[in-house]
Amino acid sequence: MSKEKGFNWKKITSHHLFMPVVCLIVVCLANVIKSPDFFKISISDNGVLYGSVIDIINRASELVILAIGMTLVTAASGGQDISVGAIMAVAAAVCCQILSGGAASTSDFQNPFILAVLAGLAAAMLCGVFNGFLVAKLNIQPMVATLILYTAGRGIAQLVTQGQITYIRVDSYKVLGGYIGKCPIPTPIFAAIISVVIAYLVLNKTALGLYIESVGINGEASRLVGLNSTRIKWMAYVICGFLAGFAGLVNSSRIYSADANNIGLNLEMDAILAVALGGNLLSGGKFSLAGSIIGAFTIQALTTTLLSMDVSADQVPVYKAIVVVVIVVLQSPVFKRQMAVWKARKGSNSTEGGRA
Amino acid sequence: MKKKIISMLLVACMGLSLVACGGGNNKPASNEGSTTEEGSEATQPSDEGGSDESASNEGSDEGGSSDGVITVGFSQVGAESDWRTANSESMKSTFSEENGYKLIFDDAQQKQENQLTAIRNFINQEVDYIVLAPTTETGWDTVLQEAKDAGIPVIIVDRMVDVSDDTLYNCYVGGNFKLEGQKACEWLKAYADAKGIKELNIAHIQGNIGASAQIGRTEGLEEAAEKYGWNIVAQQSGEFTQAKGQEVMESMLKSNDNINVVYCENDNEAFGAIDAIKAAGKTVGPDGDILVMSFDTVKAGIEMTMAGDIICNTECNPLHGPRVEELIKKMEAGEEPEKIAYVDEGIFTYGDEVAKVTVDGQDYDVTKVTQEVIDGRMY
Repeated sequence: MSKEKGFNWKKITSHHLFMPVVCLIVVCLANVIKSPDFFKISISDNGVLYGSVIDIINRASELVILAIGMTLVTAASGGQDISVGAIMAVAAAVCCQILSGGAASTSDFQNPFILAVLAGLAAAMLCGVFNGFLVAKLNIQPMVATLILYTAGRGIAQLVTQGQITYIRVDSYKVLGGYIGKCPIPTPIFAAIISVVIAYLVLNKTALGLYIESVGINGEASRLVGLNSTRIKWMAYVICGFLAGFAGLVNSSRIYSADANNIGLNLEMDAILAVALGGNLLSGGKFSLAGSIIGAFTIQALTTTLLSMDVSADQVPVYKAIVVVVIVVLQSPVFKRQMAVWKARKGSNSTEGGRA
Repeated sequence: MKKKIISMLLVACMGLSLVACGGGNNKPASNEGSTTEEGSEATQPSDEGGSDESASNEGSDEGGSSDGVITVGFSQVGAESDWRTANSESMKSTFSEENGYKLIFDDAQQKQENQLTAIRNFINQEVDYIVLAPTTETGWDTVLQEAKDAGIPVIIVDRMVDVSDDTLYNCYVGGNFKLEGQKACEWLKAYADAKGIKELNIAHIQGNIGASAQIGRTEGLEEAAEKYGWNIVAQQSGEFTQAKGQEVMESMLKSNDNINVVYCENDNEAFGAIDAIKAAGKTVGPDGDILVMSFDTVKAGIEMTMAGDIICNTECNPLHGPRVEELIKKMEAGEEPEKIAYVDEGIFTYGDEVAKVTVDGQDYDVTKVTQEVIDGRMY
């Protein structure tokens, strides 16, 4: 849009991704004050990319993957899936437990790797099916429906791992959360890119994206024109569950273990926030995948910034909240309208002044 | 008026049925008590007779020692980690029948309400001592008051309880977290002197802010840093988890390139920190760029200490049994036990540069980790 002939400032500022991008840039620039070489990227001694920006992109991977699913769920059902963090733990627990063959720690795979991964993803999808059933079939409010797995999910994961942290001390298990051979780019970044590309293709090359939007805007009308609203909503939850499972595996691979209590803890809130920061309406309908992804990076940039600024851990939520409030207010329709009114008044004032 | 009477009657009915339920619950418990322990019959009269609490206390002590069997009720948090399992095992092996004890073990599965029920059952069963490893700090006033009224001494282990009146429990057995921190720092001082390391730039990965282990270990480091002029270049919470430890270390390495010591407040954080350091192309260990120090010494932790990845690991000893027994013996002999009793905790290191450390005039031995040391540990 902005690449049209000439420099059209107004067109840029009115683009729906303008505010999210500005927020991301502001958060990143804030870092430069503390550490001037924030944007510096170098190759470390062991031949991998090294730098704060790489950290942010790397750490944001799980959040990006979650944000895709959360965007779809939000768009289709006008509600959020707050169980994704727990689903991550379930997927990781199932995968690690199969790999370890039931032991608390293992140094070689007891079962085929691919089987464990598929089982982990299947467990996550099953959670998605359950959520989808409650929301789409039984018409329960999404927040309430997913509250069930939000509370029970970690319990299930604990049950699977028998309350212990299951360690998989095998180098090939660390690949997904580490590096592929001598490749200098962390694997989670690839995982995120692949998820985004597939989601983009599926949503834009098939009619699914359009269907989801129309169901979100008016489910009843969509049904009357021949769309199976229930099935589309349900599908959104299954996809969200699957992506949460994938994010869970990435996260588990980083620490080569299944820590049922802590994997994806509070990540569901960050994912919802990413969707909101991306300029999406939490009440459903039209959505912007790109916005959510930028939102995810913004949140991770914020987290990393606060870490590198040595903000004490018990104060982090306060700073995070302040920044989030500012960003959300800047993007709110009321504020935008007020700004437009203010601008118009200023404009008319200046022309009047000119006349006089 | 009529309605009022009916509602009053209903309330009375409800109350009665509740009492009946309670009675029903109590009965099997006390029956169980009398069938499982012979000592209970001896204690019963003394409990009923002595309304004065200290008198009944002495009475039950006599009852316990006269036939030689001391009944101990132990309410454990659960079995969430190797540490906890070792803690339970220690109690079970100490209070065995061969040693003249009868242990009633209750696993609360992380739930305080289960612990409250367990303690009430212990009171009904008229055990001689109650040992409690609390799930949380608060909410114990009522049930501990009940135990006190029944004249049963209470020993708190591992975590502390937060009660308004500290006579509600007789003593506490656990780790001395501040001493752990001091010992680790004294070791670091001695090691740096031995190796000729002049400047120490310490990255400090803390535990959950406010946890007693975090407070004690942080105090130990901060005081030592003040005393010896060390630089704490970064300080951040790793929330006692591997993932957070990794993320925090990653960020610390970016903003400080002079770090040569990492002080992690538990093993999980140390695992994460080591991964982050290695991923950044730096090395850990005695000949590496960065020394990693840790606490707790779980099994994986001591193995990494033997490999040298963790240079010094200060133990948080789960073997509380012997210490608790010591206190019980004291009380049996009619002596007043110390209010707070700490367990002995070791320091495990990769090398043998430092043989012992001194904190407040007291010497502590440093153990070089070998395969025998690992095999000899219970957990």
